[in-house]
Amino acid sequence: MTAATHPAAGGAAAGKTDPVLVVEDLEVEFATDSGWLGVLDGVSFAVGRGETVGIVGESGSGKTVTSLAALGLLPPHSSRIPRGSVRLDGVELVGMPRRKLEAIRGDDISMIFQEPMTSLNPAFKVGDQIAEVVRRHRGGSWRSAMARAVEVLSEVGIPNAAQRARSFPHEFSGGMRQRVMIAMAMACQPKVIIADEPTTALDVTIQAQVLDLMRRMSEEHGTAVVFVTHDLGVVADICDRAVVMYAGQVVEQAEVDDLYHRPRHPYTAALMTAMPQLTGRSGRLATIPGRTPAPGSMPPGCRFHPRCAHALDTCRAGDDGAGGRVAIRELDGGRTSRCLRVHELTLEGTE
Amino acid sequence: MLQYTVKRVLMMVPLLFLVSLGVFALVLLIPGDPAITIAGENATVAEIEATRERLGFNDPVIVQYLGWAGSALTGDLGTSLFSNESVTGAILGRFPVTISVAAAAMTVALLIAVPAGIIAAVHRGRWPDRLATLLASIGISMPNFWVGILLIIVLALMFPIFPAVGYTPITDGVGAWAWGLVLPGITLGTTVAAEITRQLRGSLHDVMQQDYIRTARANGLRGGVIIAKHGLKNAAVPVVTVIGFQVGFLLGGSVIVERVFGLPGLGDLAIRAVLQRDIPMIQGIVVVTALVVMLINLAVDLSYGYLNPKVRQQG
Repeated sequence: MTAATHPAAGGAAAGKTDPVLVVEDLEVEFATDSGWLGVLDGVSFAVGRGETVGIVGESGSGKTVTSLAALGLLPPHSSRIPRGSVRLDGVELVGMPRRKLEAIRGDDISMIFQEPMTSLNPAFKVGDQIAEVVRRHRGGSWRSAMARAVEVLSEVGIPNAAQRARSFPHEFSGGMRQRVMIAMAMACQPKVIIADEPTTALDVTIQAQVLDLMRRMSEEHGTAVVFVTHDLGVVADICDRAVVMYAGQVVEQAEVDDLYHRPRHPYTAALMTAMPQLTGRSGRLATIPGRTPAPGSMPPGCRFHPRCAHALDTCRAGDDGAGGRVAIRELDGGRTSRCLRVHELTLEGTE
Repeated sequence: MLQYTVKRVLMMVPLLFLVSLGVFALVLLIPGDPAITIAGENATVAEIEATRERLGFNDPVIVQYLGWAGSALTGDLGTSLFSNESVTGAILGRFPVTISVAAAAMTVALLIAVPAGIIAAVHRGRWPDRLATLLASIGISMPNFWVGILLIIVLALMFPIFPAVGYTPITDGVGAWAWGLVLPGITLGTTVAAEITRQLRGSLHDVMQQDYIRTARANGLRGGVIIAKHGLKNAAVPVVTVIGFQVGFLLGGSVIVERVFGLPGLGDLAIRAVLQRDIPMIQGIVVVTALVVMLINLAVDLSYGYLNPKVRQQG
């Protein structure tokens, strides 16, 4: 499935002109013993109405922190957002009073998590858990909320939904529980769903089913999806556009087809060669040398340069020549890259 | 759930049998011969022997046990060796007092512990938590009788708000009954409150870190609802366990408080029975107390089934 077949999708350009979710210059800091430590550095991206955007990166790149920050779900006392903005349909979410934010979460924007086994409350029936969310945002009687819960449960492919709504989470398999999570997230028909590695904990065969389901739900309801994953294959499968993150920064953004054909950041290219399903089984498995740097010990200049095959001394020096940060470069076709050598390098993509 | 309940109830039968064996063995193990005591100081050997024969002490042990257990099953726990009062009647007369005191203490404990435990868990590591933890430590370390005497001096004698001693049956008016239970309730309840607070603080704090709490937040449920519904139901299992223990403690351990407040409860009866070697009375009190503790444990077990649906299935 390509971007063109998505009815409401418009790729990078649409993300800019009619965005439903705009994250701008977002910074997040966590409290440590030695003071506040920056974990997100100027993260910006936009998601168009009905668009599916993948946020890709290794563990520690800041993708989960970005999604939690967008919903205001970061721990209140050990984290803070010193700068930046998250706007949902033009409404600023950063700094919004807790009560107003609670009213928006689950209604206009909702989230699906990685761990279906532990993300549902074991003490309540799944139908009740969904109906509770419906009543919270839509009001009405318990009976009508329950009817809605059964409706979404059957929509996500739970057989005998009316009966299964009376089951407890432990009576469902992992894949079925993730369907329940999706149903819960979709119950109030939000404008945006953030899905944080929703298939990572599932069997491969179940993964494909859940991905299909998410794609179908997004298409049928025009819901924008932010798909957080470390798996470029999944991004290729269901996303219109990709935002590649590394060490707390966005390093590249492009339409998925463009990204795969011609990556414009060496990190993206390295990620692709490190994915066996993308490079085929002929060559030996490539890996990216080194590890994601820890917050607090970020390399000077380009944060990827110690692991980059194309790094020069100028990469270490950064934009200001003194080890400062490398700014985002705007490229043709609505693409961006945070590579100093973006105009010199020709990186190899994949089909 | 029905199957689970039936299973739990059936499990009480062998337990009750063991308790009855233990209780009956008391007669054989307790030093001293009640026949000598009952027959009087100047009794002849023949008189003592006659007393023994009359009380059935000469029958084979098994016959004695079956006789005692058989009538116990019909609700007849024998007759006091000293007052000729029926043991069942004596216990039934005292039991409402003990139950009332225990209920009052548990009410006080929960009124303190539930808010304190929630506040401490939600604000873990910050000043509300430190304050609650400090108060809990104080509550645990204060001796009951001292708190009781202090309360009597201040709230009954210096400021005569509550009665200092005595018990008003509920049949004489619910208000007077409850009013008389306030001071004993506080006296016994503080220790229990401290235990429950500590348990609730720990278990609710753990639950609030769980993924499903994050899910509830992500779906916009209100903070209070998340704590009171999604948090507490999951945090309740260890707390209910502690509450069960504490009810047992309240029923058995209220002797000192009954004395301090002049309450004619079971503890008072038990002490007198032990001092007099009134064996049927001791047996009766132990059996009834054991039965009540078992019923509480049954209630705790059944609550597990309600709180944790997984338990229900595994039975």
